[in-house]
Amino acid sequence: MNIVGRRKIWYGIVLLLLIPGLISLMLQGLNMGIDFRGGSLLQIQMEQQPDVAKIRTVLDQYQLGASSYIQLSENNNVLIRTVSLEQDKLNQIMESMRGQFGKIELLRDENVGPVIGKELATNALLALGMAMLAIVGYMTYRFEFKFAIAGILSLFSVVLITTGIYSIFQIEIDGSFVAAILTVIGYCIHDTIVIFDRIRENLQRKKRDEALEDLVNRSVLETMTRSINTVLTVVFVLGALLVFGGETIRVFTLAMLIGVVLGGCSSIFNASQLWLDFKLWEKAQRVKAKTNAV
Amino acid sequence: MNTKKTLQLVAMILLVVVAAALSYNPISKSIKLGLDLQGGLHVVLQAVETPGGPEVTREQILQVQSVMEQRVNGLGVTEPIIQPQGNNRLVIELPGVQNPEEAINLIGRTALLTFRTADGTVVVEGKDLKKAKEALSPRNNQPEVLLEMTAEGTKKFADATQANVGKQIGIFLDNDLLQNPRVNEPILTGQASITGYSNLEEARNIAMLLNSGALPVKMEIVEKRTVGPTLGADSLEKSKIAGMIGIGLIFAFMVAYYRLPGVVAVISLVLYSVIVLGALTLLKATLTLPGIAGFLLSIGMAVDANVIIYERLKEELRRGKTLRVAIEDGFNRAMHPVVDSNVTSLIAVAVLFFLGHGTIKGFAVTLGIGVLASLFTAITFTHYLLRLTHSSGLFNNSKLYGA
Repeated sequence: MNIVGRRKIWYGIVLLLLIPGLISLMLQGLNMGIDFRGGSLLQIQMEQQPDVAKIRTVLDQYQLGASSYIQLSENNNVLIRTVSLEQDKLNQIMESMRGQFGKIELLRDENVGPVIGKELATNALLALGMAMLAIVGYMTYRFEFKFAIAGILSLFSVVLITTGIYSIFQIEIDGSFVAAILTVIGYCIHDTIVIFDRIRENLQRKKRDEALEDLVNRSVLETMTRSINTVLTVVFVLGALLVFGGETIRVFTLAMLIGVVLGGCSSIFNASQLWLDFKLWEKAQRVKAKTNAV
Repeated sequence: MNTKKTLQLVAMILLVVVAAALSYNPISKSIKLGLDLQGGLHVVLQAVETPGGPEVTREQILQVQSVMEQRVNGLGVTEPIIQPQGNNRLVIELPGVQNPEEAINLIGRTALLTFRTADGTVVVEGKDLKKAKEALSPRNNQPEVLLEMTAEGTKKFADATQANVGKQIGIFLDNDLLQNPRVNEPILTGQASITGYSNLEEARNIAMLLNSGALPVKMEIVEKRTVGPTLGADSLEKSKIAGMIGIGLIFAFMVAYYRLPGVVAVISLVLYSVIVLGALTLLKATLTLPGIAGFLLSIGMAVDANVIIYERLKEELRRGKTLRVAIEDGFNRAMHPVVDSNVTSLIAVAVLFFLGHGTIKGFAVTLGIGVLASLFTAITFTHYLLRLTHSSGLFNNSKLYGA
């Protein structure tokens, strides 16, 4: 099987996957939840099927009808997202709701001020940047700079595609999305390093007549079973969490699932190939420099 | 067959099983659950800086902290967390609080306390009041509220009471009149009492309100999250089920694909789980919903270490090495990628830990402990167990190793 020889095809696929997400990110951005924007989220359980129109009428009494987003959920639950509510106002609204719907229970109530939201967004970007830098540093130390750049590029595409998917489908992101992306970063590199390690090892025992391209291909193939099995086991866990784990962590699990699967593919089809191209390019430059000198 | 080694092997396996069985109860009883799993309240208060006014100091936030501690004490929450964040914030977490609404109203009452004379002049401010406490008067056994002033407050209060004997001094929270006691005599010691309550409960409420108004700065709620106990229990139940299914699938896959080493892996993973959960309990870490996900994910990484080792083992066997040599070589070769890949995961985890807060921190802690424990079990236990399985002489067919 020649995975490395066909690398132009894989690069093409990555670009194809990247473009729609990037366009969507530029045009409509991400659907930021209250964790980032600031605002209030109420989860209320009713005794019967909630009536959205009636709920909106109640909210209208507080001039919130238009700015609120009402979403029905399992077990007669309703989620209301609205602007940041003061405690007094929240108490009044709950009073009115009880007047209208009888016995209801406030299951969850979150209120995030705009200051905190902005901080979270800044912190998230900071965390992403720092994690990437630290990983580049470690890989340069253990392997070489070209491995680090290849790994980070492949990883960056995974993060962008995942974020792009959230943008295209306008899935609301919350603080846990950041944690999921950071975990995907750790996991992708984890995946890639095992293949890089194999290249490093094979380089030490390189036969004279074996082309670098063939060596990389051999290394990818030798670690293929492990790459697939490892992604599979994580998919088992994340899949179970996604199906049975309840709604509260769905954003988190889904992002992680997409990222881990993409990361697995990317480490097989992209990371080592990128490294190879860097290597070949460097060689070509050197040959050029030599001929120029002569 | 080597009887001694076989006995050792059986003993090891029994040891793991017994350890898992014995630790199940203590761990599940004493592990701390986060707000999202047992319900509760999480509030972040931030000091409001008046434009042109003095800057908020950490000192003041510490004062607010002690006031909040007093107020929360009345709620009967077993393990409240009240801690400053940065220089102008205070984080309050009340896990398992029965009535979050009551709690938030108590915490949220951040109004400024003032003592005013009949004509509205402010004579004493909240920061001058050291503390208020309810008590039964030693003289007539009637409920009363005892006030204690700070050094500066004592002076101000002495001046005010001297000038207002026989008149009333109103105690206001913002603009609400809370109490309107009459000054019977000048009070020079900074210790005063207000009487006239119908019961001790009433006196206690007033004392709490006075304490709340004794905030040195005005605080506002910038973040608040409450989770009802039903939702928390539901999340816990669901993630337990999901976790068991996920782990079950992994175990089944490992045994089906890797045969005997797969069984070894399953035993190592059981030990691994006991170590991680035990460490979480001992460190008094709080298990949150993302924390459970972190734990499950770290199982994936622990499996990965095993997968890398067994794939190597198979390769070495295919190269025609004997089983004994293949186990040693495969293991040693596998250590490079296992260590490198886990260190990079730890880097991401460390960033999460230092920059994240709340539930994300919980996630980082469990994932971090998980990665460390996975390294530990893979390097020591899996290796040892594999050697033992081989040298017991029971399983020497290399087919059993999937080669």
